[in-house]
Amino acid sequence: MANDTFSPGVVAARLPASAYRANFGDLHPPLDDHEARVAADRCYFCFDAPCTQACPTAIDVPLFIRQISTGTPLAAAQTILSQNILGGMCARVCPTETLCEQACVRETAEGRPVEIGRLQRHATDRAMAAGPQPFTRAAPTGKRVAVVGAGPAGLTAAHRLALLGHEVTLHDGRPKVGGLNEYGIAAYKAPDGFAQAEIDWLLGIGGIRVVAGQRLGEELALDDLRRDFDAVFLAIGLAGVNALEVEGEDRENVRDAVDFIAELRQTADLSGLPVGRDVIVIGGGMTAVDAAVQARLLGAQSVTIVYRRGPEEMGASAYERDLAASKGVRIITHAAPLRVLGNGAVREVEFAYTRPRGDGGLERTDQTFRLLADQVFKAIGQPLEGAPEGLALDGRKIAVSGPGRTSLAGVWAGGDCAAGSKDLTVSAVAQGRDAAMDIHAALMG
Amino acid sequence: MANLASEFVGIKSPNPFWLASAPPTDKEYNVRRAYEAGWGGVVWKTLGEAGPPVVNVNGPRYGAIWGADRRLLGMNNIELITDRPLEVNLREIKAVKRDYPDRALVVSLMVPCEEEAWKAILPLVEETGADGIELNFGCPHGMAERGMGSAVGQVPEYIEMVTRWCKQSTRMPVIVKLTPNITNILYPAEAARRGGADAVSLINTLNSITSVDLELLAPQPTIDGKGTHGGYCGPAVKPIALNMVAEIARNPATAGLPISGIGGVTTWRDAAEFLVLGAGNVQVCTAAMTYGFRVVQEMMSGLSDWMDEKGHESIAAIVGRAVPNVTDWQHLNLNYVTKAKINQEACIKCGRCYAACEDTSHQAIAMSPGRVFEVKDEECVACNLCVNVCPVEDCITMVPLANGERDPRTGAVVGAGADWTTHPNNPSVRAAG
Ligand SMILES: Cc1cc2nc3c(=O)[nH]c(=O)nc-3n(C[C@H](O)[C@H](O)[C@H](O)COP(=O)(O)OP(=O)(O)OC[C@H]3O[C@@H](n4cnc5c(N)ncnc54)[C@H](O)[C@@H]3O)c2cc1C
Ligand SMILES: Cc1cc2nc3c(=O)[nH]c(=O)nc-3n(C[C@H](O)[C@H](O)[C@H](O)COP(=O)(O)O)c2cc1C
Ligand code: SF4
Repeated sequence: MANDTFSPGVVAARLPASAYRANFGDLHPPLDDHEARVAADRCYFCFDAPCTQACPTAIDVPLFIRQISTGTPLAAAQTILSQNILGGMCARVCPTETLCEQACVRETAEGRPVEIGRLQRHATDRAMAAGPQPFTRAAPTGKRVAVVGAGPAGLTAAHRLALLGHEVTLHDGRPKVGGLNEYGIAAYKAPDGFAQAEIDWLLGIGGIRVVAGQRLGEELALDDLRRDFDAVFLAIGLAGVNALEVEGEDRENVRDAVDFIAELRQTADLSGLPVGRDVIVIGGGMTAVDAAVQARLLGAQSVTIVYRRGPEEMGASAYERDLAASKGVRIITHAAPLRVLGNGAVREVEFAYTRPRGDGGLERTDQTFRLLADQVFKAIGQPLEGAPEGLALDGRKIAVSGPGRTSLAGVWAGGDCAAGSKDLTVSAVAQGRDAAMDIHAALMG
Repeated sequence: MANLASEFVGIKSPNPFWLASAPPTDKEYNVRRAYEAGWGGVVWKTLGEAGPPVVNVNGPRYGAIWGADRRLLGMNNIELITDRPLEVNLREIKAVKRDYPDRALVVSLMVPCEEEAWKAILPLVEETGADGIELNFGCPHGMAERGMGSAVGQVPEYIEMVTRWCKQSTRMPVIVKLTPNITNILYPAEAARRGGADAVSLINTLNSITSVDLELLAPQPTIDGKGTHGGYCGPAVKPIALNMVAEIARNPATAGLPISGIGGVTTWRDAAEFLVLGAGNVQVCTAAMTYGFRVVQEMMSGLSDWMDEKGHESIAAIVGRAVPNVTDWQHLNLNYVTKAKINQEACIKCGRCYAACEDTSHQAIAMSPGRVFEVKDEECVACNLCVNVCPVEDCITMVPLANGERDPRTGAVVGAGADWTTHPNNPSVRAAG
């Protein structure tokens, strides 16, 4: 008998074959030319615009919107891409509701901001359809830079360095480059192979040699890179996962949300990807929401996010929480896991309600409850893993000063692995770009 | 519901909204439907002399200016007068007028600038039972090259002459439709009055090229690679039309001459503005062409509500009410001082007022941390630019200083009114003193 949403256990093909395409299609369909002009007309062309200030890459938002409104989307794209070469991905994944669109004066005025994200997508889509990436490399400088980690931070730095005339080698430990663009971002935010298409387009600048499948700390050593290259940029993201540290955590079908998402992103036929009937996601960030929503979209019957603090403290924005709710995900707050129960595989999870302690911490109350679960995803944060010896750390990340300078001469770091990052694609881009400019200045003296 | 009944040069209509002479009034089918939709009257699409009718280009015939959401802001056309045979039009006019005796039906005419031509057509029109005629001296394209339309309307002597011919040959009221493609609207208006016109109507369309096709490098609308100037109309021309109407209304030589206001009337509010500036009724073309005949319903309800609210009892009671307040620049009070004031509650902090004032006006707005924008009274000349660029209605207002207050910009005390005619900087005042 075919599976459906009620089939117990962790099974594939819960939905009719046609449902997957619809469920994992574009979350926000693109604006057509007319819609874009109407949306662009709402921009007030603010002085010293708050949206630009709110953008970590400081895109000149009013200018690009005006360029769209006058029928020149390619000029608009140039405005965007000169600040943010991954403007296409950022248009899809940025939590604009907490960045530019939150700052937009029309949000203040009417509670309905200019649709900056969708307009940015309109322009960058046009540019990508129009042909190769639009920048030309400067004359060769003869300098060689190693970039380790090909997520948004590494890709951006590589592009900027190549643009400035340096020879770049871009290393990544995974078989495919892209970092979380390829392995992390929710499938419905960037469908149809967008991440790889954008990377191919970006690499069109030339001067970037990609070496995939070699890890720093294994095949690669920082000392060798420092010797062989004029500068090194580390953008290795956060490769670790945090453990729940509760009894029964090692039961079958309890896994890290990021692994589930990475597997989902690499699965060509989603009907073949198994998912539980009753799914619990533990955590409160974007990863938790993405895992929960995608589990629902795969056909899980009931999906519950359980977060130990209140809704205001969740990493996921109100918009993301609403998205989850609209997809039928239930969110329970103020509850922490006590035990994972089951016989081999997980059957239930026991939680205790929590309350704040005076010192800012949390304590468990003796009120407990159990939720049915045949699959549990842990989404309680990713720590830095595999930072080379000898680099000073700041907390759990690589310590940096200024635009990404580490404690080692000739070594820069940026993106999620560096202290002070906001753990967003767009901030990784900003840091990659700024570190590249600093490297350039250092190399050209 | 206010009484909207209108009487214009003796022609009665249930409301002051007439359709202007143009495609909406080109045939019986349209005009019947227009009356059914509520239009008080129509000016039939301009008739030419008997014989083979004019020939239009196939099209495109219209150019346009749009807002971002394709709201039509201005339109131009290269159509001519009616291209249907005279007998057909006359037969239809007669039939329609017979069935709608309470509605106004005026016939627009344009024949060669010869007395015989006018004498020949007038009895034919009279015979239909139409209420009046409108002399089309306005059409700026096609007909002008043949010595008609605006070619006549641009020469006051011809206007006077043709008007006189018509007045001598018909008992129908004669309305002279003026072209705005002149330097001073008073010359043609005065000429019409001298010729004995019962009224003037204005404006006809403005010479224009709406846009250029940057692929073809040709004006639009483009006919087989070429374009020509056309007549501009719609919301964009309203300010020009309002001024011309007001000039005629307040000019001693034309004061009291009935005016039919035309040009960009799109809503009840536009109509009310024409009426208070001296128009006895209004004519509409582009709004009907854009939205269909039903727009007249909004015009009627809006005008009626406004009249009720203000206690105006009849159309006659509002016509020309704003004319006394239209004056020359030199009579404006130079001692009237206002200061812009930004309502901090309403401000959304876009900074447009700041950019406008700082870059292009008087550097009278201060921007402080937290994006707080405030007017510096000692710099503000009260130009009003900030009000116009502010996206929030009523966020910035111009607050007048009371008599006796000191203007922090000039140090002068606001006092009795004084205008340019008495101002010491005026060379003629100095000469006299
Ligand atoms: C599930 C999930 C969903 C997210 N959704 C969003 C979102 O919608 N919007 C948003 O703005 N942000 C989102 N984020 C955050 C965003 O993806 C990251 O902030 C961003 O990708 C960080 O970029 P990065 O280049 O620093 O690191 P990464 O994208 O993590 O890239 C690091 C790269 O380094 C490589 N690497 C790691 N260690 C080594 C090593 N030792 N040797 C060689 N290579 C190595 C990795 O293989 C990887 O390719 C999400 C994160 C997750 C986990
Ligand atoms: C397509 C078109 C054809 C017109 N034809 C005539 C005409 O035959 N006779 C005339 O007197 N005015 C003609 N006009 C001018 C209108 O009657 C009117 O004066 C002008 O459009 C301004 O009014 P509006 O802004 O309401 O359109 C025409 C206008 C348009 C758009
Ligand atoms: S804040 Fe909004 S309205 Fe102002 S410039 Fe930015 S997008 Fe435009």
